[in-house]
Amino acid sequence: MSKKPGRVKLLAIYYAALLVWAGTTAMHIPDGYLSPVTCLIMFLLVLPFWVVGIRTVRGTMNARNVPLIALVAAFCFVIMMFNVPLPGGTTGHAVGAALAAIILGPEVATIAVSIALIIQALFFGDGGILAIGANCFNMAVIIPHIAAAIYRFFSRGSTVNSPRRLVGAAIGGWTGVTAGAFFAGIEFGIQPLLFKAADGSPLYAPYPLAISIPAMVIPHAIIASVIEGLLTALIVGYLQRSNVSVLEAAQGSITTGEVGSLQKLRPLWTALIVLIVASPLGLLAPGTAWGEWGTTQLSQRGLQSIPAGLEKLSGLWGAPLAGYSLRALGNASLGYVLSAVLGIVVVTIVVWLFMVLMAATPGSHKQAR
Amino acid sequence: MWITSPSKLLDQPGRAVEHTLHAITQVLERSLFAEELSRRTGLFQALDARVKIVAVLGLLISVSLSRSLAVIASIYALVLLLGVVSAIPAAVLIRRVWLALPFFTGVIVLPALFLTPGPALVGLPFGMIVTQTGATTALFLLLRVSTSVSLTLLLVLTTPWNTVLRALSVLRLPDVFVLILGMTYRYVYLLLRLANDMFLSRKSRVVGRMSTAENRRILAAIGGTLLTKSLDLSGEVYLAMQSRGFRGSIVTLKPFKMQGRDWAWLTALIVIVGASILLGR
Repeated sequence: MSKKPGRVKLLAIYYAALLVWAGTTAMHIPDGYLSPVTCLIMFLLVLPFWVVGIRTVRGTMNARNVPLIALVAAFCFVIMMFNVPLPGGTTGHAVGAALAAIILGPEVATIAVSIALIIQALFFGDGGILAIGANCFNMAVIIPHIAAAIYRFFSRGSTVNSPRRLVGAAIGGWTGVTAGAFFAGIEFGIQPLLFKAADGSPLYAPYPLAISIPAMVIPHAIIASVIEGLLTALIVGYLQRSNVSVLEAAQGSITTGEVGSLQKLRPLWTALIVLIVASPLGLLAPGTAWGEWGTTQLSQRGLQSIPAGLEKLSGLWGAPLAGYSLRALGNASLGYVLSAVLGIVVVTIVVWLFMVLMAATPGSHKQAR
Repeated sequence: MWITSPSKLLDQPGRAVEHTLHAITQVLERSLFAEELSRRTGLFQALDARVKIVAVLGLLISVSLSRSLAVIASIYALVLLLGVVSAIPAAVLIRRVWLALPFFTGVIVLPALFLTPGPALVGLPFGMIVTQTGATTALFLLLRVSTSVSLTLLLVLTTPWNTVLRALSVLRLPDVFVLILGMTYRYVYLLLRLANDMFLSRKSRVVGRMSTAENRRILAAIGGTLLTKSLDLSGEVYLAMQSRGFRGSIVTLKPFKMQGRDWAWLTALIVIVGASILLGR
């Protein structure tokens, strides 16, 4: 950090360039931006959603779903080529994941969008092959689940033709893509923290979280997310006018039982969010949590010699977010919140996967055919 | 052979329909090109698809793992070489990668030259300084991305898509998944043609320019129709499958047979992957 002349100006130029760039592309991460470890972790994060999606497909209907998923995946692929004009002359592409989630439910939409993304990566070189896990997480898991939740929230108790559904579709699409971009920003931003060459130059995506998150979120929120919301609402509106049965069928496929159980958990989720926001308070507390001393703190506490075994073991496990610090962020509080969010996402998914594997014996999930 | 692209129409702004038509044409054009190249006679075309997939995956991983620019650069050279002996001119691989790369990775990596803290390498006017670490980072990213994309291209351009799909079962992917993948690929083209026809028929009935709002309305109508059509079609496809005896279980034909040459190349490529992973540490 010897000199930073014109840094603000540079950042401004950078954001302007990214704005243009983000307007014309979806967030397909190519190979080379993420370390292989990150790619693997993202794969593991998506895996439970694929398992759940396949289970939902088997549970709700039957072999009919094979062509259904194939055709919706093909539809998503084609809709990604639609050039959507925004007021003011900018154009860009939608992902179509929000629409798929509204029509099929988020679990099945995850499978359909994943397949579209895999075909893009395998046969057209859009998005990396090793990065398929990350791309599927951002676009096939995050967008459909968030968009469907918001759409359901808005359309609860409304008629199929209600304008509330348009609002829900638009906000759902916008929020879904923005959230997807946020996660992409996190994935980019942790690269320079964790993977550096001997001389300190980042090996993969070069920008820390403080740059990568706004660089992904802001342009997407202005362009790509708007396009997704717009197209989703437009097509839902078209279906309201011309083919209501598709939307009605979607209503039936919504897994009613699970919405109820999620509502019961709402106080818990609220508490969790409060805890996330409050996590930087931990910075105010002096010292370290009892029993969580590192080797240096042990010697400060008067332990004359570190047990040799402990010393050896302490180097064994370098946590990916060591000390929850995310140092390059520069802002410790934000780092805490992000670590908390990441940690909770990972833990939730692991627990959920566990519950699904335990509970989903064939038949327990199905409605009577 | 070549579908003429309506790129001349792209000069005017606010022509979303033309842009979309262009994108659709480009996909069709690219896949025709890939199919044509994959039918030529060449080294990679003759290899067993499973060997190619394993090799390309292995090389992708070693590119991704490598901490040495020289190793990534040599893999890139290897890819170009393999392309040349597989009837894919190096110019094709280079053009496809480096025409698009500056607009994407280039834009992203440019500020990293200046923003990455480290010792100064070159001073530029306006007090901007390219740091050594910044330059290294930029090189890593550009080389990694271009090599990875070239590797994927090498696979796609030398292997017909249905062969790739059948070979994917080597990776122990579930058969249902491979089946859906194959059906999707097939119906992508049907839906692309449907969309193309709808856009073209609409366009051919329009004189003059359409407003942005009108463009959006057409887009929504075509998107909605396309969605309805795909959902209807899926029901019909299911009936067609059922009437041909589909009961939910999938039988794939696996006519692959490894030959001496395939084994030799598999061994060679595994050695290369292993060596590059070791050297790149």
